[in-house]
Amino acid sequence: MKTKSYILILFLLMAGFVLASMYTPSESDYVSVPPSKKNSETPSDVAFHKMMDVLTHPRCVNCHPNDHVPKQGIEGDPHDFGMSRGENNLGFEATKCTTCHQTENNPYSGVPGAPHWSLAPHSMQWQGLDRFEIAASMMDTERNGGRTPEDILHHLTEDKLVLWAFHPGVDAKGEPREVPPVSKEDYIKAVEAWFENGHVIPSN
Amino acid sequence: MKISMQINGQSHVVELTDEYTPLLWVIRDMLGLKGTKFGCGKAACGACTLHVDGEAVRSCSYPVKFADGKEITTIEGLGDATNPHPVQQAWIEEIVPQCGYCQPGFMMATAALLDKIPNPTDEEIDDNIINVCRCGTYYRMRKAIHLAAEKQSALKTTNEPTNS
Repeated sequence: MKTKSYILILFLLMAGFVLASMYTPSESDYVSVPPSKKNSETPSDVAFHKMMDVLTHPRCVNCHPNDHVPKQGIEGDPHDFGMSRGENNLGFEATKCTTCHQTENNPYSGVPGAPHWSLAPHSMQWQGLDRFEIAASMMDTERNGGRTPEDILHHLTEDKLVLWAFHPGVDAKGEPREVPPVSKEDYIKAVEAWFENGHVIPSN
Repeated sequence: MKISMQINGQSHVVELTDEYTPLLWVIRDMLGLKGTKFGCGKAACGACTLHVDGEAVRSCSYPVKFADGKEITTIEGLGDATNPHPVQQAWIEEIVPQCGYCQPGFMMATAALLDKIPNPTDEEIDDNIINVCRCGTYYRMRKAIHLAAEKQSALKTTNEPTNS
């Protein structure tokens, strides 16, 4: 009786292997759907995610720290030399951001630069937040310095310090700095589309 | 391109082909003011610190084009042997330098600090004087900065006009 059971189990296993090996899935069964193409996403959502792919990049977040210390590099390391925001987000009294950072990148020393090089105010901290939380913070007048949606749109698409992210120059070794994963043109189109569609933050 | 600057109270016009030439190069190699030093070349160590319109700047990383029309002060313009700046006098009295190479940058950073904060606390000194000294003269420098603050304050009091 016991032997018959073993034979039956063995037969069923073999039959299973044979049937499984005969099945070939067609390509259409396993096509992955990129986030931007999900059926549930509206054009506004697609624009939102493209915009946030940029705003969550270290080139942006490094200047929106959750403490008073600027961050630097793709790893978001604390700024060298104990630099901090100071009282007005421009550094300390005599050693300011502009002691080293000018209004343009320096191609020889590798020191980055752009107009009004400074930290975002402490209320605009993004470090540690996810993309939905960052967007909520950005649109919250309690935290964004009382800015209107028009002000935010201008900041995101025209401010030279923000757009520096797409032209970050070279580092001290002469190596080009990493840029955000979306081109400047596509990013600006996405930001404009998101605002035109009512700047709705998709549900997480 | 031509760059016009006031350096230590004197007018200078220099002509360069590369507008990104560091101001330090112009100061040292074209104008012969060797007091300002080259250290790291990337605005990190502060040996090249000088003043542009009264603000401390790392001249090794300051394209000369930004200096056009500006007033530059170097360590030579801060004071001299017969009439030293309070910072220079304090540096002498506290015997701060060891090798001395980085000290002009420290003195220029300190002079800028005392212009903003006449009597800085230790914390304010730590925040603002972030230059690098490989001899490790920081302890004597801190004493010298406090002494310089006293000297500058006394000098201002002496020079203030009296109403009598």
